[in-house]
Amino acid sequence: MSTVTTKAKLKTSAMIASFADPGQKTTSAPFGHALVKAAEADSRIVGLTADLGKYTDMHIFAKALPERFFQMGMAEQLLFGAAAGMAETGLIPFASTYSVFAARRAYDFLCLDIAEPNLNVNIIGGLPGLTTGYGPSHQATEDMAIFRGMPNLTIVDPCDSVDIEQAVPQLAASDGPTYLRLLRGNVPTVLDEYDYTFELGKAKVLRGGNDVVFVSSGLMTMRALQAADALAAHNVDVAVVHTPTIKPFDSATVLAELNTGRLAVTLENHTVVGGLFETVASAVVTAGLGKRVVPIALPDQFLDAGALPTLHERYGLSVDRIVAKVLAELG
Amino acid sequence: MAAPTPERVDRIRAAAYRIRHYALTMGEVQGQGYVGQALGAADMLAAVYADQLTYRAEDPHWEGRDRFLLSTGHYAIGHYAALAEAGIVPVTELETYGSDDSRLPMSGMSTYTPGMEISGGSLGHGLTIAVGMALGLRLQGSASRVINFLSDGELDEGSTWEAAMGAHHHQLGNLTAMADINALQADGATDTVLRTEPVTEKWESFGWYTQRVDGNDVGALLAAFDNIAARSAASGQPSVILCDTKVGRGVPLLETREKAHFMRIEEHEWQICREQLTAGYEGTASA
Repeated sequence: MSTVTTKAKLKTSAMIASFADPGQKTTSAPFGHALVKAAEADSRIVGLTADLGKYTDMHIFAKALPERFFQMGMAEQLLFGAAAGMAETGLIPFASTYSVFAARRAYDFLCLDIAEPNLNVNIIGGLPGLTTGYGPSHQATEDMAIFRGMPNLTIVDPCDSVDIEQAVPQLAASDGPTYLRLLRGNVPTVLDEYDYTFELGKAKVLRGGNDVVFVSSGLMTMRALQAADALAAHNVDVAVVHTPTIKPFDSATVLAELNTGRLAVTLENHTVVGGLFETVASAVVTAGLGKRVVPIALPDQFLDAGALPTLHERYGLSVDRIVAKVLAELG
Repeated sequence: MAAPTPERVDRIRAAAYRIRHYALTMGEVQGQGYVGQALGAADMLAAVYADQLTYRAEDPHWEGRDRFLLSTGHYAIGHYAALAEAGIVPVTELETYGSDDSRLPMSGMSTYTPGMEISGGSLGHGLTIAVGMALGLRLQGSASRVINFLSDGELDEGSTWEAAMGAHHHQLGNLTAMADINALQADGATDTVLRTEPVTEKWESFGWYTQRVDGNDVGALLAAFDNIAARSAASGQPSVILCDTKVGRGVPLLETREKAHFMRIEEHEWQICREQLTAGYEGTASA
């Protein structure tokens, strides 16, 4: 008779793990479907990818409009150079790859071929920040820091499927290049519960609160809202300001919220260097507010591989860690 | 394929002579610069602008135009000379080359100059953009062609080969590349910096219709373009003309000078350059 031993199941990393909570309402491939819808209304819209169509939801577009989809192979310099060339002929390209490859590998092509001539090319970056447990090769923890220095480029860090669905047609309609930090696959649907619409270049106050003000972007707005609910149980009243457009930044809306006696916290799925925190800090200093701002962000280091929930907990992006940080700050 | 007629060849040689002359005019403003490259590439530029391209000088953005992309931004001095020959840039404006507020900066940029399709200069970009333009034009039913000018130094860049693969994969028969093989790059002779040969075999293996010609032989250049015209529409195959050229071509003083990426020419030498250029052109015009 053999002895059966059961080992505890290990949490494993997956390239494209969803960060949705168990049971959370989600929407499938919002970017792909939104792009098809936009393209059906505007024949100038085309889609390109660099061998990552299936992993950036571009495959939805490729299937729906195959004659307007262009596979460029695993060649990111060609992807963005060609996107520029297509825009020069009057088309509106959406070109997708992972954020790491757009930001690190193809920067020169984005900068000189797309941003300098101010072309309407929309760069779609998958796996922004810490949305894969695959390790530093695929974790674009510094993409916004890299891109914020690029003139003409609009940077959008959407929270959820609502943001993405509403952003896509606005990105197509806006002159000049944009960078979208893509959330793909089964994307949480969060902002439909609020009186909210995405407006390119605008920050929105999602909820008011007397003790703390959160300024957040990307998936951290979802966490900010969850943490605000959790903090209510501690009798802490939290406001949440969502800033999906990182550049150009809606300083007016954010500074109006920060220029109060409340504890100010920024929350971002990005390194603490060069992202939302420093964007807000710059706005605060420029306005002469003299206001302390507490960052919740990824540390300035190459991150571990592993399961996303483990890593979000480890690096302070989980709701529990946010709540603990705020309570500690409030003393 | 019939050889290009003597009248056609003479017409393009005359255009090349004027392009060289304009390049010297611009070079003298700065006292130095990429004059050697401009002189070397003048026949290629003349064949493109005076024989091949469809364009409207008074409307450089006309939708039906063929696109000529200067990937090698530093060859702008030669490109401006060709744009002057084409009537797109006034000849009188050439003397502003490289000066403050000029529309003719040292490195070619689309936002500065009418007729300049792209901002080259960061090398290895032009062919990637050309692939996108060729795709975009084809998608929109345009019969316009795309010609991308690149250099042998740019064959060092991996992006050039990404684009070469992409053009073949997407069967871009409306795309032609011209490579100026002057065997010289910034740090010295190409074969000492990074060996790119065998260049012909490389392009052939990437699926391109490949011809290698003397890039200072106008007749050979025109014949190469004629060969492309005779087949590309049916083949869907991108074409490349590999052009062996001589730095400083047409001006013996510069042809024989030690080769340099950025050539210094003394004040008193400019007139000698012009005289040598004219003597050479007139002496062989009827040959």
